[in-house]
Amino acid sequence: MTAEELRKQFPILSREVYGKPLIYLDNAATTQRSESVIRALSDSALLHNGNTHRAVYALAGEATRAYECARVDVRDFIDAASVDEIVFTSGTTASINLVAYSFGDKFIGSGDEIIVAESEHHSDIIPWQLLAQRKGAKIVVMPVEESGALDLEKLESLFNRRTKLVCVAHVSNVLGLINPIKEIASMAHSHGVPVLVDGAQAVAHLKVSVRDLDCDFYAFSGHKMYAATGTGVLYAKKEWLEQMPPFIGGGEMIDTVSWEGTTYAPIPFKFEAGTPNINSVPTFVPAIGLIRSLDGSEAAFGLDKIKNFVYNALSSDERIVLRGTTQNLDEKVPLFSFSVKGVHHEDLALLLDKQGVAVRSGHMCAQPLMTRYGVSGMVRASFAPYNTQEEAQAFILALDKSINMLK
Amino acid sequence: MSLEEAKQAVVDDFAMFDEWLDKYEYIIGLGKNLEPFPEDKKTEDRLINGCQSRVWLDCRARDGKLWFTADSDAIITKGIISLLIGVYSGRPAKEIAGDDFAFVNVIGLSENLSPTRANGLSSMIATIKKIAGDYAG
Repeated sequence: MTAEELRKQFPILSREVYGKPLIYLDNAATTQRSESVIRALSDSALLHNGNTHRAVYALAGEATRAYECARVDVRDFIDAASVDEIVFTSGTTASINLVAYSFGDKFIGSGDEIIVAESEHHSDIIPWQLLAQRKGAKIVVMPVEESGALDLEKLESLFNRRTKLVCVAHVSNVLGLINPIKEIASMAHSHGVPVLVDGAQAVAHLKVSVRDLDCDFYAFSGHKMYAATGTGVLYAKKEWLEQMPPFIGGGEMIDTVSWEGTTYAPIPFKFEAGTPNINSVPTFVPAIGLIRSLDGSEAAFGLDKIKNFVYNALSSDERIVLRGTTQNLDEKVPLFSFSVKGVHHEDLALLLDKQGVAVRSGHMCAQPLMTRYGVSGMVRASFAPYNTQEEAQAFILALDKSINMLK
Repeated sequence: MSLEEAKQAVVDDFAMFDEWLDKYEYIIGLGKNLEPFPEDKKTEDRLINGCQSRVWLDCRARDGKLWFTADSDAIITKGIISLLIGVYSGRPAKEIAGDDFAFVNVIGLSENLSPTRANGLSSMIATIKKIAGDYAG
């Protein structure tokens, strides 16, 4: 399947903005949705809407089956050992907060330390800061080098007997670099410390095996991998989920309830209180199907060529400061954040928008990383397999035109 | 030039361009041509609240009229504040405070900015009106 063929499955990609073809390069913020995903969402609402896990009638059964099929597909998709290890949430943020509250409540106390990478998204910083405030714990920052790579030697020196957790993104949403999770997990485990991985930027681009990575927690969102918004996953090793207390109490997470005390449902249901996102969770099935269909495709090959082309164009332009650099582009996803000397990032994004090019600008929910590089924000272009070489070229031309206008 | 004529001149200038990219080129030109703003005047109290990029606005009263100067770290924002002070600078405080600033809607500026920038534009207008209102008593 070529990128052109793939594009046809995404109705929004044929629209125009300001009378110009839309060039959508903010896939790291949210990917677009395929017809198959939109159909799953509308079918769920039009044909199969019933509350899951509760009633005996046909609609409830269909809704429950669609919901649980998604759990099976997600298990396969990230190679988890069991479906019991897949907790559905509203997104990466909710997944990380679940761990911060539940795991944090039980395993983190006053004086304990949580190692957090400097390049994390605010979603993987603030839940830990809140936990640290509640418990009197301490955040220890794992620094990044100038290139954006994590400093593993430094990480080794950060462990001590108070270290209780390491939090790191599989791929930074600013740098696009693939972090060596397997090595980090191995290092952390040698100190008896579990690892939480923010996989939000990884799942659309990398084949993830949580068993191979040997991480303890892996959080990601559906909407960054073509599924519907408001869907997310927390993978956690069974041994942790079984020890962790419920985070949110409510319907469907219980075994028996009485005024004397309540016993909880088995995992993963213990962590899925209340009515889940019945209509949207089933969209994981076509979204995962789509990602699988891209394996080894021309579109995937084309995306690699785009990555090379854009990386070379940006890194060879003296006006541009590209962040997240590497000698080996296999260690980077097609996500490029940069600054232009003497030009405000929002001015640049605004002029690109008027040329039909949608990019992100601002601090990208990673202010500590912006501070590390001494900027208030950057521009980010992030590509998906449905982006074409022509779009990549048009982006570089539009960028050049915008810089010339602003300089 | 009366206030109405000044506003109409901006509306006419904008009408010359079909494409928003060209309108932005015009705004950027206004920003580049804005007279230099002294570094020592870039103080916290001259910053306009509510703008994503930093915008400094200074005002002097002379002969019963208000004279504005401004600067920004983003050139498009600088062009927008330049457009505003180009219309309102050198006019009586009462006239500025009583104006509706509706011409910015006529040229479609707000809806062609990002939501954060549109908020910034509202803040610029509110600040100019407040300063004028304070002088007008």
